Amino acid sequence: MNDHIIEVKHLSKSFGDKKVLDDISFYIKKGEFITFLGPSGCGKTTLLRMIAGFLQPDEGTILMDGQDIAPLPPHRRELNTVFQRYALFPHLDVYENIAFGLKLKGIPEKEIDQRVRRVLKLVAMSDYEDRDIDTLSGGQQQRIAIARAIVNQPKILLLDEPLAALDLKMRKDMQIELKEMHRKLGITFIYVTHDQEEALTLSDTIVVMNEGKIQQIGTPVDIYNEPVNCFVADFIGESNILKGRMLRDRRVAFIKHEFDCVDEGFGEDVPVDVVVRPEDIYFTKDPEKCQFKAKVNSCIFKGVHYEMWVDTDTGYELMIQDYDPYPVGSEVWLYIDPDDIQVMKKERTCNVFEGIVKSPEAITIFGEDFPLACEFEPGTHVRVEVPFRGIDLMDNLDDGILEGEVHFILYKGDHYHLTVKTTSGDFVWVDTNDIWDKGDLVGVTVKAETVTVTKADL
Amino acid sequence: MRLFRRSAWALPYSIFLMIFVVAPMIIVALYAFGFREGHFTLQHFVKFCQTPEDYRTFVYSIEIAIITTVFCLLIGYPAAWIMANSKLHRSKVTVLLFILPMWINMLIRTLATVALFDFVHAPLGESALIFGMVYNFLPFMIYPIYNVLLKMDPSYSEAAQDLGASPWKVFWKVTVPLSFPGIMSGILMVFMPTISTFAVAELLTMNKIKLFGTTIQENINSGMWNYGAALAMIMLLIIGITMLFSKENDETEKGGLL
Repeated sequence: MNDHIIEVKHLSKSFGDKKVLDDISFYIKKGEFITFLGPSGCGKTTLLRMIAGFLQPDEGTILMDGQDIAPLPPHRRELNTVFQRYALFPHLDVYENIAFGLKLKGIPEKEIDQRVRRVLKLVAMSDYEDRDIDTLSGGQQQRIAIARAIVNQPKILLLDEPLAALDLKMRKDMQIELKEMHRKLGITFIYVTHDQEEALTLSDTIVVMNEGKIQQIGTPVDIYNEPVNCFVADFIGESNILKGRMLRDRRVAFIKHEFDCVDEGFGEDVPVDVVVRPEDIYFTKDPEKCQFKAKVNSCIFKGVHYEMWVDTDTGYELMIQDYDPYPVGSEVWLYIDPDDIQVMKKERTCNVFEGIVKSPEAITIFGEDFPLACEFEPGTHVRVEVPFRGIDLMDNLDDGILEGEVHFILYKGDHYHLTVKTTSGDFVWVDTNDIWDKGDLVGVTVKAETVTVTKADL
Repeated sequence: MRLFRRSAWALPYSIFLMIFVVAPMIIVALYAFGFREGHFTLQHFVKFCQTPEDYRTFVYSIEIAIITTVFCLLIGYPAAWIMANSKLHRSKVTVLLFILPMWINMLIRTLATVALFDFVHAPLGESALIFGMVYNFLPFMIYPIYNVLLKMDPSYSEAAQDLGASPWKVFWKVTVPLSFPGIMSGILMVFMPTISTFAVAELLTMNKIKLFGTTIQENINSGMWNYGAALAMIMLLIIGITMLFSKENDETEKGGLL
């Protein structure tokens, strides 16, 4: 018997054509504070609702204490939920709201009374028993919602963005209280949020999700210091994400300089992505230590630290955070510790499309005809490789062969790496120096001279 | 300076209300209390209490109104619930079918009911009357309840399930109490007009059963204007009391249709 209270195996769920969860597997340890973190639409709430029982998975199983809970309706699952907008019953007062679950279980009046009072004390809301729900502030409703859930002594408490509706100050206070409550109660908390700072503060374990897939599972420190891909690095905290080349073990090149690092096993001369956190780039006066020089471009006071953008002598832009400001225009000497360089395998080095030769001058990709010449017979299935720089984006949708929407943007020091989602739902990756905004509609064309066409092995 | 303040726009409506609602009611009151004859009197109200036939009709009308309302609620609530539940139906056609009769003239519907009873050789009488009334007023019960149920945040019922309530318990402990404003609206919309119907009763009972509306009509038709007006005042009083009763509920909770 292991200590996994929840085990999720190959879970998938679609709404219509849209795959919201795609083959998700993970486990949750007893007593853990685990957070599902991701942007809106990443599937985190769907996952929570499936654990609560409000949605049935299309495929896969959820085990609770080793038992498949698929056949159990929500009211028979030993867990309780704190809803995003609290969902406190407006026709009942505070006491009746909290006692709702206990009354259903047929617990004697006297015990209900004791437990309601105890839990009200725990959420610091004693003396509020007789108040109507609509006389309470957002923060107070939040506390009652938590009280209503934990009074039932569930094995697991599910929290669906419970702090999203509160103002910043209140949110900070509630974070501390939630953490404290978790410690006192000793039950498993499953928390859903899109706020990375909240996730880092509260969790024992974070599950970073995007597009229905788990990107990374780990402790807050792991996830912050060792993001596994550009998405995680960009989503959690500030970061400089740069194109690099792993020269050999413990030696990496980026921003046209070479650095020592601690990563091994990538092979020799392999393209990689490199993440350096802005607080991990240090200023120095010592010519021995200096690894590269740069010119300060802007400097903004951010409260605790200064945020500076510098242009390196090799033409890259980096963000640096430091307690001391450096004047704009001054030349600075910089270095990065080997420990602070996080090297990540590149998810892809170019676009690879499947196409069918239509005529000697055209190949059909994603249902559209591209004017690409090749020597294969019409009807041949081909593999079309287009480098990131080989794709042009147009303002005017009619100028493009495909239409798409800018889906995700990464700044890589001297250019932008864009993910464009086409109207057919396929993805195209583009390197460009032009500035686009997320959600921009673009026309997509391919520069014929950059394309490599090979016969697809079927 | 603005030529018209916003309140000026209300003027045509105020005039309309004065001429067609307030003025007739004042005239009715003048007749009822005998001001037409030049002196204040309660004799017409006293006459009502001394005419057993009339006050029995009055009580009977209220009974019929209550029975109609109860039947409308019993049939209307489940109908509204099914319509508002997207799992059970996906098109608006069901809603339309229930609301459709509201657009047809009540007399035509009632005549159709008479024809229907004729067709199946069912006797006209009290049960036909109740059938006809329920059929006529059912949409007025369904619509406000449907409205409230449709707007109800589904997270309330999810929260109840989450706290251990079976679907049945969710319905009784959360859905019904939260739809109470809609129920009140529905009761009002059915109860008030049923007290004063007369045409439906006449047609569906072959004039065998008399409702209070008919009593008023007969008196006025036979020239007893003062007495008829007094009876109308009594009916208005009952409607007014019902309104007040539901007002108290509406202040604390969100109203349905009214």
